[in-house]
Amino acid sequence: MNNSVEILIIDDEPQIRKLLNITLQSNDYKLKEASTAQDGLVMAASHPPDLILLDLGLPDESGHEVLKKLREWYSKPVIILSVQSREEDIVKALDNGANDYLVKPFRTGELLARIRSLLRSASSDAENPVVTVGEIEIDLSLRTVKKNKEQVKLTVTEYNLLALLVKNEGKVLTHQFLLRSIWGPSYIDQSQYLRVFVAQLRKKIEDDLNKPLHIITESGIGYRFV
Amino acid sequence: MVSIFLILFVAATAYLFSDFIEYKVVAFLLLVTVSLIAMFFDIVPVLLAACLSAIVWNYFFIPPRFTFAIQSTENVILFSMYFVIAMVNAVLTYKIREIEKKANKKTEKENTLKLYDTLLNSLSHELRTPISTIIGATDTLQEEKHKLSEENATELISEISKASLRLNRQVENLLNMSRLEAGVLKPKNDWCDISELVYDVIHQLKDTLQHKPVEVNIKDNIPLFKLDQGLLEQVLHNLLYNAALYITKYAVITVRVTVNKEHHLVIIIEDTGDGFPEDEIEYVFDKFYRLKNSKTGGTGLGLSIVKGFVEAMNGSIRLENGDEYGAIFTITIPAEIAHVNDIKNE
Repeated sequence: MNNSVEILIIDDEPQIRKLLNITLQSNDYKLKEASTAQDGLVMAASHPPDLILLDLGLPDESGHEVLKKLREWYSKPVIILSVQSREEDIVKALDNGANDYLVKPFRTGELLARIRSLLRSASSDAENPVVTVGEIEIDLSLRTVKKNKEQVKLTVTEYNLLALLVKNEGKVLTHQFLLRSIWGPSYIDQSQYLRVFVAQLRKKIEDDLNKPLHIITESGIGYRFV
Repeated sequence: MVSIFLILFVAATAYLFSDFIEYKVVAFLLLVTVSLIAMFFDIVPVLLAACLSAIVWNYFFIPPRFTFAIQSTENVILFSMYFVIAMVNAVLTYKIREIEKKANKKTEKENTLKLYDTLLNSLSHELRTPISTIIGATDTLQEEKHKLSEENATELISEISKASLRLNRQVENLLNMSRLEAGVLKPKNDWCDISELVYDVIHQLKDTLQHKPVEVNIKDNIPLFKLDQGLLEQVLHNLLYNAALYITKYAVITVRVTVNKEHHLVIIIEDTGDGFPEDEIEYVFDKFYRLKNSKTGGTGLGLSIVKGFVEAMNGSIRLENGDEYGAIFTITIPAEIAHVNDIKNE
């Protein structure tokens, strides 16, 4: 089923490339590999893949720069795989347009899940205004949300926040991005707004507030809708 | 003390010439001295010097001389102004110096932090990459077992083994570094067949060396040397590993072993790669130093361990670039020699 899905790995470590190659091929993804930023950019441009796995520590150029260049024209998912685990690095990569960030060492199950989730949301972008995730149904054209077929009443801000998260399903949205998009540029430091509204949203759509299944907290970074 | 002495010295000198210079000029001389003192001393001596200079000026120079009394109003104003200016001058100069000190400390701290950051980054890269491979490969072997071909499964296992060895090497390097730092490294000397050792290290590195041929140039009659084989093995290992990793594909590495005039063991490892940037050669043996244009990876420990170990054996190591291309590492170690021919084969 994944046969037509092509993934490009840009990583200078042969061991990591080998591992990803075997793991992803066993899951029927088609693989291409590049060991430098230069090669990666050329390969991405000559035959755009469906998803890119990008390392930040490349020999010829920083992965952050590669990401910026890619984002000038490439709109499909990019997942960062890096040993750099500082929040600044993660937020910077996400702000530069990465869809997700996994810190090495990562679990392959987790990587496969994130790949699946991003590919699904990338393909469902097309035209369909109704997004169904488990028991939740969001109609982006009618601006309605249903849980177990029952209408959930949301305030305008709650709805906007949920819609933004849903439209970026699987992608980590940083606090700053969410605050800027929903409340405006002067609110980017007011993370208390986000905490309050996320808590309210969770009360309305999650079954267990202590174990949220849809709005996932990425500690110190942002939120992700799954 | 020094500040008081300086004020008195300037005052005394001025006193000698007091027939030629006006007392107002003396005030300027004393002010300059106070400023100079403020540039080098702490606040208490500086204030003392400022007060003392005011008193000295008043007593010895302001007419009527040799009294503390000041007669003319102009001189009263002058004296008060002198006192205020000396104090303000002293305090301000001292404050500027303090600010400078703070700024220097801050830059120093920032540099240390920066170094720590780079170090942490390269260490985390070197340790986390093999750990990623091990965790990822075992994950795949366990969870995706049914999807894996036998060939892929074998390859994953071989990757786990390679990653474990790499991890082991880094841990070994870190431990060696701490042994060197702690100063507990004492060579355990024993007779060593250099030729055997060189071939052994090359064999250990055969996967890393891949396409890079290693020429070994050791005469058959090379004597045995009494030295610490373990240390020398690590030295050769690190040098050849570095060469394998950093020189261009298909470049040739040559290992030559000879004995010099002083009967010291000389090992030369040279390659036909790009060599080292001339301006960085003096730093390459520094701990955690990494070439400015170096690829990712590496902790900057390998060569510093080489130097530490060679020196622990009372030897020395030199790095230079070849005339045309490549780098030449020359190791010289004084060691007891036993000629193989002298040992009777009974």
